[in-house]
Amino acid sequence: MGGASVALAGCATAPSVLRPESAPQHTLATLGWWLIIVGSAVIVIVLAIELVTLRHRGRTVADTPLVASPGSTRGIVVGLAITAVVTLAFFIYSAVVLGATERPRGRPGAKIEIIGHQWWWEARYLGGTPDQAVATANELHIPIGVPVALQVTSADVIHSFWIPQLQGKIDVIPGIRNTFWIRADTAGTFHGQCAEFCGLQHAHMMLTVTAEDARSFQRWLAAQSAPAAAAPPSDTAAAAGGRAFMSSACALCHTVRGTGAHGILGPDLTHVASRHMLGAGAVRNTPGALNAWITDAPSLKPGADMPRIDLTPATMHAIVAYLQTLR
Amino acid sequence: MATATTERLTERLSDLWETPHTLRGVLGTVDHKTIGKRYLVTAFLLLIAGGIEALVMRVQLQVPNNHVLSPEGFNQAFTMHGTTMILWYALPILSGFSNYLFPLVLGARDMAFPRLNAFSYWTFLFSAIFLYTGYAVGLGPDAGWFAYAPLTELRYSPGANMDYYALGVIFLTISSTAGAVNFIATMFKMRAPGMSLGRLPLFVYGTVTASFSIIFALPALSVACAFLYLDRHFGTRFFDPGAGGQALLWQHLFWIFGHPWVYIIVLPALSFMSMVIPTFARRPIVGYAWNALAVVITGILGFGVWVHHMFATGIPPLALTFFGAASMAIVLPSAVSIFVWLATLWYGRPVLTTAMLFALGFIILFVIGGVSGVVTAAVPFDWSVTDTYFVVAHIHYVLIGINVFPVIAAFYYWFPKMTGRLLNEALGKWNFWVMFIGFNLGFFPMHISGLLGMPRRIYTYPAGLGWTAPNLITSIGAYLFAVGVLLFLVNVFWSLRRGAIAGNNPWDAASLEWATTSPPPAYNFAVIPTVGSREPLWEERLGLGRLSRIDEGPPLDSDRVTLQTSTLDGFPAAVQRMPEDTVMPFLTGLAILATFYGLVTTAWWLAIAGGVLTLAAIHAWLWPVRTIREV
Repeated sequence: MGGASVALAGCATAPSVLRPESAPQHTLATLGWWLIIVGSAVIVIVLAIELVTLRHRGRTVADTPLVASPGSTRGIVVGLAITAVVTLAFFIYSAVVLGATERPRGRPGAKIEIIGHQWWWEARYLGGTPDQAVATANELHIPIGVPVALQVTSADVIHSFWIPQLQGKIDVIPGIRNTFWIRADTAGTFHGQCAEFCGLQHAHMMLTVTAEDARSFQRWLAAQSAPAAAAPPSDTAAAAGGRAFMSSACALCHTVRGTGAHGILGPDLTHVASRHMLGAGAVRNTPGALNAWITDAPSLKPGADMPRIDLTPATMHAIVAYLQTLR
Repeated sequence: MATATTERLTERLSDLWETPHTLRGVLGTVDHKTIGKRYLVTAFLLLIAGGIEALVMRVQLQVPNNHVLSPEGFNQAFTMHGTTMILWYALPILSGFSNYLFPLVLGARDMAFPRLNAFSYWTFLFSAIFLYTGYAVGLGPDAGWFAYAPLTELRYSPGANMDYYALGVIFLTISSTAGAVNFIATMFKMRAPGMSLGRLPLFVYGTVTASFSIIFALPALSVACAFLYLDRHFGTRFFDPGAGGQALLWQHLFWIFGHPWVYIIVLPALSFMSMVIPTFARRPIVGYAWNALAVVITGILGFGVWVHHMFATGIPPLALTFFGAASMAIVLPSAVSIFVWLATLWYGRPVLTTAMLFALGFIILFVIGGVSGVVTAAVPFDWSVTDTYFVVAHIHYVLIGINVFPVIAAFYYWFPKMTGRLLNEALGKWNFWVMFIGFNLGFFPMHISGLLGMPRRIYTYPAGLGWTAPNLITSIGAYLFAVGVLLFLVNVFWSLRRGAIAGNNPWDAASLEWATTSPPPAYNFAVIPTVGSREPLWEERLGLGRLSRIDEGPPLDSDRVTLQTSTLDGFPAAVQRMPEDTVMPFLTGLAILATFYGLVTTAWWLAIAGGVLTLAAIHAWLWPVRTIREV
């Protein structure tokens, strides 16, 4: 699992919910900080009271006479009143934040359909004509500074879509199409991960969101919507690999737009070489790892549907060369 | 009618109540003290099993990209850990104390339904054996303790793993329901004369509130598990969205059970602390009625917060706001309990025994768990922390803080009553500090790994996401916590042989269980005491005069009988004939076990045979025996 032992590309620091990179997460994080600060104060105050109550300690039960005074319940009433005020304040604050973040303000800069699979993310960019269709996996791109509308559902079990620094979570539930939105206000690549236990490889159901300025995003979208370029005739290995891809098991499960491969079980590979990782964060997308992945995916990601593919080394090499051309 | 204790009386009572030391006696006893101790030992063994599963997980997660466990091994370990701890340890351990103590605290000779009591123990034991059979043969449940459909459906979980879960849970609910009915009936009908509801030891409020919650909450769980089993084996489609079912149906059913369950497994423990804290604060509790009401209100509010676990499922904002409000409101009764204990300490003269240290530690952990509970009740921020290690930290502060710490406190407190010997106090203090420091070292950093974006239930994680350090610290803390639990076990085994002799009332406590010998005789009290105040053993020193009669009262030695009293005021109402020992509850439990083995292996002949045997055993159990007696 060589690739997994290094940080995901562009995510060298922790995807902390308290280091927001978007307006909505900023609102959530501010609420979070207030909860943490006031909550910590409550803990410290109770600890202090408890320690003060120990000032008149008895040494043993036998030499400490019983206290017969009735004591006063005034402290209980005051404590209850303070608790009620603080929790009510937080309830109102939460309700306000809920109202403010529930729906995006402004026109969405992109509409994406997210479909959870065991164990990868399918993303379809909506709104274009059919020939502009963009289908990719595990690595989203969005424009910064505008909301992005999401429709999320699942092809199998329940997952949860989560980019900690951009937004809260939305569960990805089969039979239900949840609407959600994300937004990024700084450029960068942000780590995300499935948050609802979804089976054997729940740990390897990661995704990234790359936020970029509008022009870069449009360029990326245009490139992704293009059908696969035919391998240059000079690159004989890639051309042979393309033919091998179409005639082997690959094309049964994967789509490469513009070719005869129309499989729908696995990720769309039309621009697979533009992605940084394979297997939803399992390994880095390098020629060597790609070769290993095709040869024996189950050893890199036990339980994944991608089967072992038995090909001659030469054919394997050609297919890898072909996939490298799918930029 | 009032009689003082005489040797002739105690001899006669022993003849009537003692269980012979034979195999038949072992399998047939209905003595609540034996049953209570069995519950305690069995539940503690399950705590150790669940603890080992947790330690294995912490070894796997202590460094990134670790390979100690396979993904399947990890998923079974965390599912078994959660299921064991939450369902098979947390309530049964409390039922153990309540079983042992209810009749003693109430001044009765046994529980209201002694045979049902034996039955609830045997079904608890057999359901645990059933669950662990699956794990032993490599078919341990592996979809998490809340087992969200449709991952649990046959298509995604083809092995029998989730059948062991669904059937094991149904099996356990039989036990828990029987136990709950018994606690309720015992509380309402078996109190010593004079023990009106206002004089009830606070201990009892927690267990009875939890028992009512059990009766209303558990059916949802049994139904959900039955639906799952039907989906898996009989072609129903309750949770299959592709065929008109609903994935979220499981979550609603599960959490309608699940959130009340959280209170079911903490309220009795809180109430234990309402006994321990006044004893060692050397004064009656301040705010008795506040505390009793807080417990009952928590139990009721617990039914209004289930969606609290589903804030990210896409539920409309109005519903989210409602359930957010309910989740916040439940803070209030908890706060009342905290302030009651603080006021009791404030106006008392606290003595720092080991039991008291665990109680004081519990108060702080309860507050931390309560605060992180408010964090998750703030709906928008819950979208950030739900399903992360923050929630893992929260549930462990709640469940270890408000269940395990009180349980250890209760052991230090009541062990002398059960065994006649005190646990070692010097070792006890080590025990407390190692557990307390280990716990916080282990679980506090989980808040941080959660905030750093680490989801729960991942079997490994890459380096470079900032999760490495908190995970290493968590693992070290977990190992230290395990050493603390080990110190407790050492103390128990050492003290069973060499502990100081306790005497009747080593802590100079106020409630009735301390009026009888340690350990108590089979009949508990030679004469039925009469209660005139909340603190019968303190009342004279509190200047209330001699209101209770402990050593004189009706001996009820004509037969195996105890006194029934009126529901509210505790007026003597009837003399209740108590059943003798019988192996029928044991045999019924065995027959049910056979039925469940038949269902899990889909060996229908075995399931049917087990079902028929179950009916036959119940028949034999309930068959009226004609006896002629002189009363």
